[in-house]
Amino acid sequence: MSRFKTLQEMFKRYRRPGDFFFAMVFLMFGLFLLANIPDQTVFVKRTKLFAQPAFWPILSIGLMTVFAALHAISSFVSPRLDGRWQEVTFWLRSLEYVIWFMVYVAIVPLAGYLFSTILFTVTITYRLGYRGRQAWMAATGSAVVIVILFKSFLQVKVPGGEIYELLPTALRSFMLTYF
Amino acid sequence: MDALFSGLDLIARWDVFLALMVGSVGGVIIGAIPGVGPAVAIAILLPTTFAFEPLVGLVMLLGIYGSSMFGGALPAILINTPGTAVNALTTYDGHPMTKAGDARRALALAYSASLFGGLLSVLALILLSPLLAMIAPHFGSREIFLAALMGIILVVLAHRGQIFAAGMLAAFGIFLNTVGLEPVKYTQRFTFGQDWLQSGFDLIVVVLGLFALSQAFVLLVQKDETPHPQPVRGSLLNAMKEFLGHKRVATVAGGFGVMMGMIPGVGEFTAQFMSYTYAQKTSKNPDAFGKGSPEGLIASEAANNAVPAAAMIPLLALGIPGEALTAMMLSVFYVHNVIPGPQLFQNHMDFVYALYISMIILNLIVIVFLLSSTNILIKIIQIPTRFLGVLILTLSFVGVYSLRNSVVDCAMSAGFGVLGLVLKRLNLPVVPIILGMVLGGIMEVKLRSSMARVKSPLDFVDRPIAAIIAVMILIIIGLHIRTMIIEHRNKLREDEISHDVEDSQMR
Repeated sequence: MSRFKTLQEMFKRYRRPGDFFFAMVFLMFGLFLLANIPDQTVFVKRTKLFAQPAFWPILSIGLMTVFAALHAISSFVSPRLDGRWQEVTFWLRSLEYVIWFMVYVAIVPLAGYLFSTILFTVTITYRLGYRGRQAWMAATGSAVVIVILFKSFLQVKVPGGEIYELLPTALRSFMLTYF
Repeated sequence: MDALFSGLDLIARWDVFLALMVGSVGGVIIGAIPGVGPAVAIAILLPTTFAFEPLVGLVMLLGIYGSSMFGGALPAILINTPGTAVNALTTYDGHPMTKAGDARRALALAYSASLFGGLLSVLALILLSPLLAMIAPHFGSREIFLAALMGIILVVLAHRGQIFAAGMLAAFGIFLNTVGLEPVKYTQRFTFGQDWLQSGFDLIVVVLGLFALSQAFVLLVQKDETPHPQPVRGSLLNAMKEFLGHKRVATVAGGFGVMMGMIPGVGEFTAQFMSYTYAQKTSKNPDAFGKGSPEGLIASEAANNAVPAAAMIPLLALGIPGEALTAMMLSVFYVHNVIPGPQLFQNHMDFVYALYISMIILNLIVIVFLLSSTNILIKIIQIPTRFLGVLILTLSFVGVYSLRNSVVDCAMSAGFGVLGLVLKRLNLPVVPIILGMVLGGIMEVKLRSSMARVKSPLDFVDRPIAAIIAVMILIIIGLHIRTMIIEHRNKLREDEISHDVEDSQMR
């Protein structure tokens, strides 16, 4: 019993709420990958072990699972802080902004970089609770500056919007090049 | 000497100077805004720099890397919130000085220590470069494999109290690098029959997710905060004279910064810890540490600013990045087909010198900017945190989407963003994933090429440098086990350490 206690002491560490939940999810992910090794990797004939395409996935997943198991054990034996599900809810709340981001990604090829960016920053600024003229101006101004800096000056690869097809020829090529 | 002049010639161009200005001034501003750090900025700007020449792109990124810590000291001292993670120790002594009405003195000491650390490291490296040029060619595949392995081991062991998590995340990074169509035998690895997994996980997509998008999500979901630091009155230049009385501490701290920066996987935190401990042990007034000691402040700032130049060494000489920021810079080299490593030191010493001279200039630009614009900077950093999240999210889009206009990349990056958010909330480190991805790729290639000439396991370490690195790995592991046993015997448990102060995040 005392030996077990000593072992438990060795694994103890500081942890935050949600740590055990994450440790278990990661451990299950490791086990899932481990179970898929035979299907998802290939052993090639007449090739040394170290040059096998399966060598590094097996090694990395093996290590990942072992460390994940140790991490889960240490999480289990460490003092628990309240608020696990509150923390998990916090993580899930970020998914709303993932959706906002992906909507932005989807509308850029349709509405063009400049218009989509202004729409995105203004809408999300409103969503976050900022109101008033100053907030609108800050959101619009930031969007315009970002587009001018990256697209007009640095010429990063962002395609023109389908909406530009509706513009007169001269304006269309200008918008396609700079916005 | 010829290489030095040739290096000067390389940077005497308007585009390099412009990149240096943008990088250094931008880096100070980014560093000074709590919630955004060099990792976020470099991740966002990385794809943009691919359009530039390697020197221009690298100088801009180096500018951000080298100057962000100068800026990060400002909120650390004025509002007790480190601008970048490595300024956390600066709050210990910097903020008590502000509370005592000595903000100007604290800032002046932090700036001068940063400048001293930065310049000392560049000078040390310029002097060391010929030696490195001599040693670097002796690094063959197996030495580079062993050095990369040492980097992985060190990055795991450096996360004290979180070794299991760091090991798990480093192995996850190695795994991520293996996903997709493997280029030697053309077999599929963990693609699950999905086309979008064929090309694997792009480092930049992962980096943008883990550093930039995750930070945006954290700021957007958290409560809004607006920092309100008070303006600083009086001349900072005059106050900088006090630094001259602390040259010993600054030199030792800079030395630790150079040494720790050169070792892959170690970096700023260890250098700061060592120099702070040294400064306290040798101080005439050790009780003042943590309550506004100028020596503590200097030890912290000189050590962290000496790291960036030194961290370029394993990257340039061996092609092995020691931490996340240089790992990101490695992709700038790869995009331009310039492979850093021994050849670079042998054949392009002028390029290496050009980078070092740029770092000297950037330190000078930064100090002039800070001395003249600290109060302007104080106004800039008063951005509400949730609005800052909007800006990071908008900028991250340019970073990911401009790579190859792929919606899948954006979705992947957003997924890594959520993972990054979870890790940040749990105070688990993100850096091992990035280093696992980069060093895992290097280890796979180098192990395969080196094993062709190895008959028995001992052949692997039959060359002097390989043997030295192998012994070093054994010593590192041995020392770690010894420390664990001693700590366990002394009942020095993890929960006795304030982990909230030891922030393991890089922003």
